Amino acid sequence: MYGKSVLRRIDWLTVFFYALLIFVGWVNIYSTTLTEESTTIFDLTTRYGKQLFFVGISMGVIIVVLFIETTFFERFASIFYLISLVLLAGLFLFGKTIAGATSWYDLGFFNFQPSELAKTTTALALAKYLSDIQTDIKNRKHLFYAIVIISIPVVLILPQPDPGSALVYFSLFFVLFREGLPFYYLGIPVILLLLFATTLMFGTVWVAISLVILAILFFALKKPNFKIPIVPVIFFIVLAMLFSLSVNFVFNNVFEQRHRDRFALWLSLEKDETKLEQIRKTIGYNTYQSEKAIESGGFSGKGFLEGTRTKGDFVPEQDTDYIFTSVGEEWGFVGTTSVILLFTVFFLRLVVLAERQKNSFSRMYGYGVISILLVHYFVNIGMVIGLLPTIGIPLPFISYGGSGLLFFTLLLFIFLKLDSNRLKEGI
Amino acid sequence: MKKLLLSSIIVIIGITFIGRLSYLQLLSFSPDQILEDPAIKTIYDYPERGYIYDRHGKLLVGNQPAYDVMVIPRETKSLDTLEFCTLLGIDKNTFVERMEKAKRYSPRLPSVLVPQLSKEDYARLQEKMRRYIGFYIQKRSLRDYMTPSAANVLGYISEVNETDLKTNPYYVAGELKGRTGVEKQYEELLRGRKGVKYIQKNRFNRDIGPYKGGKLDTLPELGKEIHITIDKALQEYGETLMHGKRGGIVAIEPSSGEILAMISGPTYDPALLVGRQRSRNYNKLHYDTISKPTWDRSILAEPSPGSPFKTLNALVALQEGVIEPNTKFKCYNGFYVGNTKRGCHCGGGTRDMNSGILRSCNAYFAGTFRKIYAKYATTDEGMDVWEKHMKSFGLGNYLGTDVPTGRPGRIPSKAFYDKWYGDNAWASSTIISNSIGQGEVAATPLQLANMTAAIANKGYFFTPHIIKKIGGISTIDTKYTEPRHTTIDKEHFDPVIEGMANVYKYGTARWVQIPDIEIAGKTGTVENFTRIDGERVQLTDHSVFVAFAPIKKPEIVIAVYIENGYYGARYAGHIASLMIEKYIKGEITRKDLEKRMLEKTLEHEYAKPYSGEPFKINEYVW
Repeated sequence: MYGKSVLRRIDWLTVFFYALLIFVGWVNIYSTTLTEESTTIFDLTTRYGKQLFFVGISMGVIIVVLFIETTFFERFASIFYLISLVLLAGLFLFGKTIAGATSWYDLGFFNFQPSELAKTTTALALAKYLSDIQTDIKNRKHLFYAIVIISIPVVLILPQPDPGSALVYFSLFFVLFREGLPFYYLGIPVILLLLFATTLMFGTVWVAISLVILAILFFALKKPNFKIPIVPVIFFIVLAMLFSLSVNFVFNNVFEQRHRDRFALWLSLEKDETKLEQIRKTIGYNTYQSEKAIESGGFSGKGFLEGTRTKGDFVPEQDTDYIFTSVGEEWGFVGTTSVILLFTVFFLRLVVLAERQKNSFSRMYGYGVISILLVHYFVNIGMVIGLLPTIGIPLPFISYGGSGLLFFTLLLFIFLKLDSNRLKEGI
Repeated sequence: MKKLLLSSIIVIIGITFIGRLSYLQLLSFSPDQILEDPAIKTIYDYPERGYIYDRHGKLLVGNQPAYDVMVIPRETKSLDTLEFCTLLGIDKNTFVERMEKAKRYSPRLPSVLVPQLSKEDYARLQEKMRRYIGFYIQKRSLRDYMTPSAANVLGYISEVNETDLKTNPYYVAGELKGRTGVEKQYEELLRGRKGVKYIQKNRFNRDIGPYKGGKLDTLPELGKEIHITIDKALQEYGETLMHGKRGGIVAIEPSSGEILAMISGPTYDPALLVGRQRSRNYNKLHYDTISKPTWDRSILAEPSPGSPFKTLNALVALQEGVIEPNTKFKCYNGFYVGNTKRGCHCGGGTRDMNSGILRSCNAYFAGTFRKIYAKYATTDEGMDVWEKHMKSFGLGNYLGTDVPTGRPGRIPSKAFYDKWYGDNAWASSTIISNSIGQGEVAATPLQLANMTAAIANKGYFFTPHIIKKIGGISTIDTKYTEPRHTTIDKEHFDPVIEGMANVYKYGTARWVQIPDIEIAGKTGTVENFTRIDGERVQLTDHSVFVAFAPIKKPEIVIAVYIENGYYGARYAGHIASLMIEKYIKGEITRKDLEKRMLEKTLEHEYAKPYSGEPFKINEYVW
């Protein structure tokens, strides 16, 4: 039933979603970067022309990836990983600085960002290590090694400085959770983050009161036969209150004003209208402008090429990190929701693909791919619509950027290649 | 469970995002406001600021064109900087600096590169302008003064600041607004209303015509011309008389409350605060903290009124029935408060009201003052009555004029003295200095003039004001046309006015008579002190004079206050008589007096406290 050709076995639904995302991206890049002098869409001096060129290059990459032997990726995973680490380290000597971050190699025709490549190779290396028959995630030592694999690129990327890219690597923890890492590794940071945000927004007193009410409700509503000792719960509450108190101290005494401003903006802490105006003009400028632009789109948007705010100088980086504002302004709520839904079904489809792998290496790599793409999507759109603080990372497949497009394609299609071979592997 | 983790997170993120987007795009959605929409360009059309005329229709303030060189940084191309700088009359560093500043403000919006070029500079620049792409010239109008005087009355205009922009949404950065005087008070009438045009731009920042077919555009509304009550000739004459002297003069038409002249010395030419030298000149005036030319002494100085205040004490005593015009007091070249003797310059003898006023006898008025208080059981009661009478003359409170600044002066109350001395620890003798206009009473020259107007009108006055006609129509706010009555009955004024007339005929001002004009007045000589190195030092007395004329049908009331001018008739009296003559006759018959007043200065007096050496006061140098 499964023919020889990889084209018969590849998951065309995912390919379709991929193509759709690329198309949406390109249309919006075209709209934001179109100038009066523009002639054809193949003009390489324009950004949309360049992006189209890289779409072509990506096709080449896809073809190459699909015709490489499947085992190649698993076998050489460690070597790829090492190569990318060397490339990251080499930046300290030969890197090119753009916008304050030394993250690129200047290859003449385009700037190559090794941290993009390292995302793929780290996912491969992690999958390879975890899928080894001898590795056991429950073993502390093995868990430690896995974390080391994730952390080395982070250590190399942070000083560039590029905190956005560094953050991406932590998403690989989802691979570990899938492989049996207990959830409280996830729960504790989430609880701490919640406590941090709620303390800043409502103050320690309200946090303490709500915790106590929650505990009482918990004990009042639980089933009588569901036994839970009361002491650890009280212990937890006390600990949470202490943490909440320390948040205030750290916020006021350890953080610098610029950090405080960022949090003030994110959590809408500042109520004073003049200070708010000040924040909007300085660190909050991007967020304020992008929110305003999205808001002005309304339900159906202003129409293709009609967005006035995303053109000109109003929204910064409107074709890269803030491309989603263009969707919001020109295509309105209909457009933004469609893109969100598209991403959601795309990711869910990838989860289905990952789960159907017989080979654990393929499954783990699949999870790595989803995690990396998901964190980009979450952080980028969260930032643009004002839910998260400003962290500069691109929206996969949509944002302008040849290097980014190329490596996201590579990341995804290695997985699709692995998936196309899942039945053979089983034999 | 572990298989579901990632899927649940994906779904939760999707729901959160769509929730947030619904909030932004559905709930808070409002279509772009015109002013916020970057695709709509707003162009303002400024009407000419209204002209200001004097009471006889003589032009005081008009407009002159000025030309701002504007730049839109994004649209500039490379240019011959050196030649351009020469044309603009600035050096290269300034040019580079201002270009940077314009870029920082906005690369897309116009900024002023060189403000207010003169007509000549503009003419030179105009023909070469098209070579400089991204630059253009914007015409605007500046004030043009037809008189070198009345700076304190007219006020000046300047660019709106951040506070103005925040408090009044009408203004846009770079616009002008009245700051003081008439320009401030009648800002909205004078400025008119700017017209607005909205221009739709396409996505390449090109104009493609009026927004919504020009339906929202408005036409400019012209600024209204106004006539003020000032008499240009009198104002200018008064200012020349004030040459080298510090003080204030206010002249009022008592039958209407119109302010004929409002002079502060030293003053400055209003034209100094126009054009490119404006800020340099402003700083010079503003930081002259010794002679304070920007401090309007006619409405802001609050010295003791001195002897003119005696007339009010006489009126109060008559109203309270504690004296008759022929009630007599004995003057021992002074009078006694307990065992302390206070001096008097009148020459001594028995004084009634007439001779008390015309000789300005301190003993007579001290006696009168005591009688007012003696009528009441307690000093507190007497004080309340006295305060009520005095305040009815417009003293001790803001007058409510249409001059935007002012001071309330002071009529002390019982609370004032209770705080000072303690409850029941003072009596009329303690505050006896108030009887002769020294002590704790204080009044601005405007209040002095107004109080005299109430005497001239025999019991009422009109709130002094500066507006006469708006847009050629003479209906003004009724609060300036309704008389305000004092608490003194009409018949009590006659003996006081008679005394004041005799001041000229036989009294302290007999040297300053004006031929053919019946005039009533009162001199004042006010002791004053300053601090030098923390020590209280007496300075030469202030010279004060109030007068009105003609007595039968008063046309002008005047109050003159000359700092350190020695006794009342010496400077203030002469200046007042010259101004009255100028106003009523239109010309001066006493040429040598005029010449002396124009030439004399008091600079030597003002230099004394700063000389660092001991000095004499009240010298008879004439």
